[in-house]
Amino acid sequence: MKDKKIVIALAGNPNSGKTTIFNNLTGARQHVGNYPGVTVEKKEGWLKHEGYHITVIDLPGTYGLSAYSPDELIARKVIIDEKPDVLVNIVDASNLERNLYLSTQLKELEVPMVLVLNMADIAERNGMKVNYELLSQLLGMPVVRAVGTKNEGTADILDAIVSSFTGKYKPLPRLVRYRPEVEEEIEHLQKILYNSGGNSLMPIEAAASGGNIGHSYPLRWSIVKLLENDHELMKKTKAHPQSQVLLEQLEQSRKRIRSKLGDDLDMALVEDRYAFIRGVCREACQSHSMDRVSITEKIDNVLLNRVLGIPLFLGMMWLLFQLTFTLGEPLMDLIEVGFANLGIWVNGQMTEGLLRSLLVDGIIGGVGGVIVFLPVILLLFLGIAFLEGTGYMARAAFVMDEIMHKAGLHGKSFVPMLIGFGCTVPALMASRTLENPRDRLVTMLVTPLMSCGARLPVYTLLIGAFFAPQVAGNILFSLYLIGIILAIVMARVFRTWLLPGEAEPFVMELPIYRLPTLKSVLIHMWERAWLYLRKAGTIILALSIVMWALFTFPMVDENGNEFESTIVQVENSYAGRMGKVIEPVLSPLGFDWKTGVALVAGLGAKEIVVSTMGTLYSIEDDEALAAEEEPVVKSFAQRAREQSGYTPLVAYVLMLFTLIYIPCLPVIAVMRRETNTWKWPLFTMGYTITLAWVVCFVVYQGGMLLGIGV
Amino acid sequence: MTRTLKDLVPGEKARIKAITDSGIIRRRIVEMGLVPGMELTMERYAPLGDPIEVSSQGLLLSLRKEEADTIILE
Repeated sequence: MKDKKIVIALAGNPNSGKTTIFNNLTGARQHVGNYPGVTVEKKEGWLKHEGYHITVIDLPGTYGLSAYSPDELIARKVIIDEKPDVLVNIVDASNLERNLYLSTQLKELEVPMVLVLNMADIAERNGMKVNYELLSQLLGMPVVRAVGTKNEGTADILDAIVSSFTGKYKPLPRLVRYRPEVEEEIEHLQKILYNSGGNSLMPIEAAASGGNIGHSYPLRWSIVKLLENDHELMKKTKAHPQSQVLLEQLEQSRKRIRSKLGDDLDMALVEDRYAFIRGVCREACQSHSMDRVSITEKIDNVLLNRVLGIPLFLGMMWLLFQLTFTLGEPLMDLIEVGFANLGIWVNGQMTEGLLRSLLVDGIIGGVGGVIVFLPVILLLFLGIAFLEGTGYMARAAFVMDEIMHKAGLHGKSFVPMLIGFGCTVPALMASRTLENPRDRLVTMLVTPLMSCGARLPVYTLLIGAFFAPQVAGNILFSLYLIGIILAIVMARVFRTWLLPGEAEPFVMELPIYRLPTLKSVLIHMWERAWLYLRKAGTIILALSIVMWALFTFPMVDENGNEFESTIVQVENSYAGRMGKVIEPVLSPLGFDWKTGVALVAGLGAKEIVVSTMGTLYSIEDDEALAAEEEPVVKSFAQRAREQSGYTPLVAYVLMLFTLIYIPCLPVIAVMRRETNTWKWPLFTMGYTITLAWVVCFVVYQGGMLLGIGV
Repeated sequence: MTRTLKDLVPGEKARIKAITDSGIIRRRIVEMGLVPGMELTMERYAPLGDPIEVSSQGLLLSLRKEEADTIILE
């Protein structure tokens, strides 16, 4: 016999320990994706319990269900559209009254609910006593005690889900009774909707038969939301041809309430909900002086100290950076060498031909190019999971917000942008810590301007070849600085012109400090790595093969003869021809077609810019790029100067161009994956190349005019 | 002169009278549990002066000064 299926959704405030409960329920049986069209993450998992196959949807953490924030909109959309069989509401027991506010909203969606009092141990230590049976009666839903971090109560949650599903718990028709003035109008509107034969009901998709058909909105909830002037519902209602009656009645109801209460209707509803919650808590819970924040406040006195706050934050970031790159880079090198050796080995096993070239340069190179990022992604998310799990990430945003806000960004944008100095790929993934999609998008768009590690070899070689050692440091610093300045400027530009609108408020809870469990940190880390491999990895691989093809074909000239040398082959390849086609565009920047080809090659990875130039200007000898010894580099530098005919000005402009123009293809792939659309990666390619051209044009022409570096 | 949350100095306590914003800021603030009538304590400024941190019955909340300015105190 097949298992019976139950679909449940987990709802709860951010910091209610929802993720821990989700992990306890589903273990490794998880799947992370995105909700269609938005950058909000969709997490699902499943498990088996007593003959039931239970699918668990982890909703975004929210404080309410208003239409203001995308997270809240999605949470309620999933509940209404996907109609989970049971809604499991995770609340922080040590902060019960506040967490129950969301519960009163969820309850109005008329889905069977289970309430989980998580972190009950902390609450109990603080002297809280809960009468679970009474609480369950008052709320009309099973109430379960749980300690997520110790995996306590997991079986109880599952039992409660099953008993809710099987109808053992008859839910109360409504939870919160609003003040009589409001209830009167709700009743009045309900009657009108029914009496109009269902026509007026259509606008709010609440079926006349009682609001339980298909995707219909619960009736009472819809009316309350309409009274609250909920953007989304009002829009839907107005769009409906038969909404006239309803809208008129609604306006009259609002007017009547206003005249009776003389008060803001919105606030009246909120107050009634809180009054109800206070009443319930007074009856079912006993709490002594709640002191949940005292330890946290002591820690914050140090970590958020006006003098120490910033140095400590920077120290923490330094550790994160070191963890990621100092530990990660040797591993990256190891993977690179491993794949290079694999390529050499395969090369030796096969006879020369297209297949060998595809396998060695296209596929092995491409897979290597995917795997190589794995160590830094794993290490970075190990660190981020820890910082988030402890509650420090919110403090980091608190400390940095003033600076980032001025740049049109959010306090939390700092971390991804900092990681961008190491590598843009994990940096984009780190932008997930930003909850607001707009802040997140702007952060992702400007992070590629942070000069990543792969650009450094380009700088060091060119600076070594064209600049005196005394100015080398300043030249290098200027490049990093220009990147930062451009990022700030572009962030402001995007914020103002591209993504305008009301700024997301920075009203943020500073969660109490806790130690995250090893399990939840590891799951988070693995989730990110897997997501990268599965989604971005495939795109990176495909793009690598495209790059290989661009440089490999055509393999013979018009007469069918092989090219006499690699240089001629590259020159005649599609990439080479592209370089020549774009030469007129590049010549105002002082570049010739060879530089153009090198820049095309740099799309694969920016460090390739120099090696391709080496090939084209025939200044490369085999050891020159690989060896680290000073004299070899110097001889490379000398030859680079002689062969390329660059002036220091052109070399500087080339470095600038490398800094700004299209981030490498793995970045484009990750951006596609993270934003869930090709629109933003394509936009990024467009804006960075335009910006690169404009900046380089100004610098080159300015330099020529002033006679600097020519 | 109406006094808003922005005017408090660290350590000072006050009671919320009203929230002037009528959009997302108020919605977020009340959803998080800061409603008129409630007492709160100004905890600290961020190291650079903005945002600020307040506490109220076991909740620690940070908000920018421009948002704090919408919270009117008794």
